[in-house]
Amino acid sequence: MSNKINRFILLFLFLNLAFSASAQSSGGSNYLFTALAAIVVLIILGAVIMVADNLLKIEARESGADKSGENYSLFPKWNEIFGSSAPNFVDGKVHFLKKGHDILLEGEAAKTKVTSSNVTTYAVQPQNFNGISPIPKVVVAVGDEVKAGDILFFDKKRDTIQYVAPVSGEVIAVNRGAKRSISEVVILADKEMKYKSFDAPNLADCSREDLVNFLQSSGAWPFIIQRPYSLVADPADTPKGIFISTFDSAPLAPDLSFVVDGNQAAFQKGLDVLGKFAPVHLGLNAKGDKPHAAFTAAEGVSKHWFHGKHPAGNVGVQIHHIDPIGPNSIVWTTGVQDVITIGKLFTEGKYDASRMVVVTGAEVAEPQYVSTYLGANIEGLVKGNLKPAEEGKTLRFVSGDVLSGKQTSTEGYLNYTDDQVTVLEEGDKYELFGWLLPLTPRPTISGTFPNGFFPDLKFQANTNTHGEKRAFVVTGQYESMLPMDIYPQHLMKAIITNDFERMEGLGIHELAAEDIALCEFACTSKQPLQSILNEGLESMREQ
Amino acid sequence: MGLLNFLKKIEPDKKESPFLHTLYDGFFTFAYAPNTVTKGGVHVRDGMDLKRLMVHVVLALQLCYVFGSLNIGHQHFNAMGMYPDFFDAFHLKIAFGLIQLIPIFIVAHIVGLGIEFWYAAKKGHAIEEGYLVTGALIPLIMPPDVPLLWLAFAIIFAVILGKEAFGGTGMNILNVALLARAFIFFAYPTEMAGDTMANGKEVWVAGFEYASMADKTQLSQYGWSHGFFDWIFNGLGWRTFGEGGTAIADGWTGATPLGLAKAGGWAAVTEVYTPSQMWWGNLPGSIGETCKPAILLGAAALVAMRIASWRVMLGMIIGCAVAGMMMNGFTSGSENPALAYLQIPWYYHFYMGSFFFAMAFMATDPVTAASTNTGKWIYGIFIGIVGLVVRVMNPAYPEGWMLAILFMNVFVPLIDHYVLESNMSKRLKRA
Repeated sequence: MSNKINRFILLFLFLNLAFSASAQSSGGSNYLFTALAAIVVLIILGAVIMVADNLLKIEARESGADKSGENYSLFPKWNEIFGSSAPNFVDGKVHFLKKGHDILLEGEAAKTKVTSSNVTTYAVQPQNFNGISPIPKVVVAVGDEVKAGDILFFDKKRDTIQYVAPVSGEVIAVNRGAKRSISEVVILADKEMKYKSFDAPNLADCSREDLVNFLQSSGAWPFIIQRPYSLVADPADTPKGIFISTFDSAPLAPDLSFVVDGNQAAFQKGLDVLGKFAPVHLGLNAKGDKPHAAFTAAEGVSKHWFHGKHPAGNVGVQIHHIDPIGPNSIVWTTGVQDVITIGKLFTEGKYDASRMVVVTGAEVAEPQYVSTYLGANIEGLVKGNLKPAEEGKTLRFVSGDVLSGKQTSTEGYLNYTDDQVTVLEEGDKYELFGWLLPLTPRPTISGTFPNGFFPDLKFQANTNTHGEKRAFVVTGQYESMLPMDIYPQHLMKAIITNDFERMEGLGIHELAAEDIALCEFACTSKQPLQSILNEGLESMREQ
Repeated sequence: MGLLNFLKKIEPDKKESPFLHTLYDGFFTFAYAPNTVTKGGVHVRDGMDLKRLMVHVVLALQLCYVFGSLNIGHQHFNAMGMYPDFFDAFHLKIAFGLIQLIPIFIVAHIVGLGIEFWYAAKKGHAIEEGYLVTGALIPLIMPPDVPLLWLAFAIIFAVILGKEAFGGTGMNILNVALLARAFIFFAYPTEMAGDTMANGKEVWVAGFEYASMADKTQLSQYGWSHGFFDWIFNGLGWRTFGEGGTAIADGWTGATPLGLAKAGGWAAVTEVYTPSQMWWGNLPGSIGETCKPAILLGAAALVAMRIASWRVMLGMIIGCAVAGMMMNGFTSGSENPALAYLQIPWYYHFYMGSFFFAMAFMATDPVTAASTNTGKWIYGIFIGIVGLVVRVMNPAYPEGWMLAILFMNVFVPLIDHYVLESNMSKRLKRA
């Protein structure tokens, strides 16, 4: 703060000097000369200031002092003067992200109580892991008893990475999908969890190799996701950083500060483990309440504060502002609850895949947090908690949030990294003049709806497309929804035309489907941006 | 639900009669928002779609339509020396204007939408909404007495060569409405120049011919529709079309401000028109472009609804102002009458001609404007500069915005290319 004031005083002094200099020279009657002289004096002064400013900045860069994000220029930055100021619990620079949009939906979970689940079956779905071969080697058979942490299957291409059971119990089904691919390995859980016991290496003196082997054999490795391409990380890679977002800004998403409560030690341990591979970066939320101490007081990590609307909580957006991914660099990401599971391997010696899952959506009678395990059955999560059925109304169950989640059904299971179920109404109805005079409120970013006058209104959104697919017409819309220095529309066109050089240049490596999900929501032409991007990433990976 | 069931029942078969089905689909989706649900991507979609976007642009044009109809009538009577006050004989003026405007509107839509439907059926895709705006814009940029056959030719040219040849809505390079205007401009140059009494046909003021200017008694021939209105007005005891006005008003020239400015600079313009007259639009010109407040209200609505890009609009104003100031600066103090046009104070350029209409509704077409935010600034500023240069310095063209926008439309891919290149090289440098 004092820094800012100093800078103002300095500027003021310089300006004063300049004006007095020009005033003194106005003895002669020649206005032109006076004006020219004043301009020359101003230019010289300006040049001096510019040089000094640049020298300061260069000095700051060379000494490494500007890494903390402190502004070492003589001039205050634009947003330092006019930008919103950070709340007082923030210690450090805040990335203010102006772009984006918060979709307010009905059915937000109350943060008061956590109910324990009555889920009986759990499943691990190989197709949740990008790039895994469609038919992994399943090592358990139907009828086998497994403990939590016992191996279920592995990828034949990378056989050291084990995918393990989240709960103990009996394997009751190995379901197959299209082309005999394995779609899910289902476990009927025991009433009382039995854990396989692990002997974790001592963090202080174990080698990277030991650690990698332990994480692979204990089933914790698949939690580590590589960017670009969102694959399970390759143990041979050295990432330039590991990024964890500690808040989820998606519609109705769980409050991770609430979720992490009670697991602070395990979370810190997990961070310590990850810190053995690469520097760990935490993205913290500078908007709203103070984040949980597990995040603000985390040790051995660098913290980065973000203030903005969705997708500010997406790790991809945060990476872009912290240390962008280039075509040849690799970073790793993981989730908060995954870090806790990794930590518990070391603090408790067991693979504890317990998850706090939030059951949300306008069609849920009592949106709430449910304590369960990874890969829980959807029916068990929502049973007895749906609003009474109505004639002609069908429901959609989404594993994840409404933007980037996957459609599932009551027979389905939560995806591997999801900690949210959203239930909403299918919008399979015709609407008279629905494009012109919508009779029900709906979320939108458009100024043609009166939504702007009701900024806090929560919507009971349905899944209607509200229009038909068209060619790209509107411009600038995606850019306003993505707080990154990327031109999504041109990137999409590059993907559609298979122009690899352009895809790379326009930053496809920095994006994952979840980052442009909001652009897809806002798209006037109803283009399927996420699937276009996934196609692009897929063909880029094959290159 | 009865209407829905009825509409579902009469749906033509897609295979047997593709054209009818396309037509049906177009009207059905107009009446009912379809029941399709999201699949594979996001689960919730924004309530905005292309239909809604287009119809809001059309709504923003409505003030121009209202004023345009009135002004057609007013200019008609004014030329004959009748009802000099703008709101005198309001009913006659608006009736006359509508009789003039509605056929233009209908022809524009039947021809344009017909082509659109035909192509949609041929290509087997849904009817795209692009023509909703084009069809609403074209009548507003036409002279009030444009022969309908010219209009039809122009639209056929613009829609087929300007749009469908490139792949339909969203793919065109040039602004379709402006192409139609450009066609008329280049195909019928003498009539469109606006200062030719000799040629006999006056398109800028509806309802009379120059043919008998010599005896100044030529009254326009009113048609059956005017007679119908006369019957109504007669019954109401109001004034009627047939009651007078036999002479063309003394001193009436029919020249547009731009034609006058070319001849004698600002002094010549103000001899005929006052600045406030030009601002409020009480003068001959294209149907929708004369009334600046009506256009600016529409533009404000578009910006407030975030439909049109304020960057393009502001860029154009800046470009035009800078070009105007430079012209003023280089010629200040000169007595040379050839430089009189350049000496017109830069802010008066906004009063004359169709700057604001081009800015609000033509340059901001999202398909043909630059698609990057930086590009939009460059695009807008250059339209402002080029347009004024064409208007002032090129003796062949009375107005510059049409040509400037079409010209910059062609340069849009280049502008965007360099904006993207800079983004790409920044990213590569970082890696």
